[in-house]
Amino acid sequence: MKRKIIALTLAAAAALTALTGCSEKATGTVATDGSTSMEEVIGVLGEAFMDDNEGITFTYNPTGSGSGIQAVQEGRCDIGLSSRSLKDEEKESGLTETVLAYDGIAIIVHPDNQVKDLDVETISKIYKGEITNWSEVGGKDSEIVLIGREAGSGTRDGFESITETEDQCKYRQELTSTGDVITTVSQNSDAIGYASLASVNDSVKALSVGGVSPSESTIKDGTYVIQRPFVLVTKNDTKLSEAAQKFFDFATSDDAVELISKAGVVAAK
Amino acid sequence: MKNKKQILETAIHGIFLVLGLITVGSVLLITIYLVIAGIPAIREIGLFKFLFNDTWKSTAQPPSFGILPFILTSIYGTAGAIILGVPIGFLTSVYLAKLAPPKMRSVVSSAVSLLAGIPSVVYGLVGMLILVPGIRKLFHIPDGSSLLAAIIVLAIMILPSIINVSITALEAVPKEYEDASLALGATPIETYFRVSFPAAKSGIAAAVVLGVGRAIGEAMAVMMVSGNAPNMPSLFQSVRFLTTAVASEMSYASGLQREALFSIALVLFLFIMLINAALNFFLKRSKEG
Repeated sequence: MKRKIIALTLAAAAALTALTGCSEKATGTVATDGSTSMEEVIGVLGEAFMDDNEGITFTYNPTGSGSGIQAVQEGRCDIGLSSRSLKDEEKESGLTETVLAYDGIAIIVHPDNQVKDLDVETISKIYKGEITNWSEVGGKDSEIVLIGREAGSGTRDGFESITETEDQCKYRQELTSTGDVITTVSQNSDAIGYASLASVNDSVKALSVGGVSPSESTIKDGTYVIQRPFVLVTKNDTKLSEAAQKFFDFATSDDAVELISKAGVVAAK
Repeated sequence: MKNKKQILETAIHGIFLVLGLITVGSVLLITIYLVIAGIPAIREIGLFKFLFNDTWKSTAQPPSFGILPFILTSIYGTAGAIILGVPIGFLTSVYLAKLAPPKMRSVVSSAVSLLAGIPSVVYGLVGMLILVPGIRKLFHIPDGSSLLAAIIVLAIMILPSIINVSITALEAVPKEYEDASLALGATPIETYFRVSFPAAKSGIAAAVVLGVGRAIGEAMAVMMVSGNAPNMPSLFQSVRFLTTAVASEMSYASGLQREALFSIALVLFLFIMLINAALNFFLKRSKEG
């Protein structure tokens, strides 16, 4: 009886190994720290990773990109998470960035809106309240209704930092989910809003920005500008722990692509 | 034998006591937690600045945490809902308690109970899809999400509590009063408004306070129709209530922002305590009177 159990266990272990392609079972913890905007994507990845690797605990500390980078530098976490590229001096100080995904933010309007294209500067002026009427940008004569997200939202943070409108947006509505933004814009012919590209559907129209319409390919090649990278930050001179390395490999593998797109961003792979 | 029975009795007493204490314990726990969680941010920001500053920019650099717009919006919104809802609710209850034929009464009563059972997110959804675009078209404003939309939704939501409590109050008026009035030559309508209403006054006041409590504590429905921008209240502007201020930012808040949200919850809690005290006062008086 006992022998049978052992044999079974071995067989199961062999099967698992064959599935995951790893030679030994790692234990330990993977600590990540950083960008609050990456909460969703890192949550999805972490969950799937823990399901596949029993015995490894995955933690995520949402502190913000800056603190995440600092935390990995000081060795307080295994992998730092940043929703912006590393600055040159950060790279010089011995950090490496690996782009995990790109967060593309679509600018959406009602399908009946005649406006098809805006450049970043105009979008920024619209959101700052310097342009208030659609006729000023080639639309019909009606007031522009600004729809945004609540303070603290990753999408809002991303949109405002790319368009350089931090704390200056004159929102008419601050909604708490991407779905709410899309529904509201689809119902108001004068509304403009922003939402992560993955969730945009036919009920609204995504504007092209500076002549480039948003799509996975234009986000990946960088021509669509309202986007930012989601970056995994690691230290050059310190080797990752076995568990952390395993997570890193998993997150950058082909298997993770689908999970990453499920979280509403474009995988870098 | 007798002893065994006694033990059983005591045990059951004990169980009931524990069950009763669960409620008391929950109230105490929530109160204590809210106070502990709500005080630090108020200390850091300053009570006066927190309550009376009119700018809320929780993630700006530097942040500004003034909740005056939320307090005023909650007060205006509730007052508006009461102004719209109480006359409708009260007159409905007069009709149901005194005038309606039994068949009609049963139809309307079941509609009222149904209204009470609709989840608030459904009120919000209908408001968002019908009321908000309607207001936008009707008043020719760029966006219909506004204090007005919230007031209308709240007014409908408080109708069931107002109607039900008012009916109970009106039905509790001794029949002799009304008979006497009718015998003196007053018409039925005169009787209801001059005799029944004054006699049921405190019960109806309790109904109003109950409506206030329901309106001020509602979050989901108003969040979906009011736009949530932290403006000072104005009828056609997007506004944010105390409840929605907590709910809308909680999911991603951190640090002082999160603590300040707890402080808002504490302020809301104090409001509701006040309303409850008022309710108890009116209910007591209605029993005595």
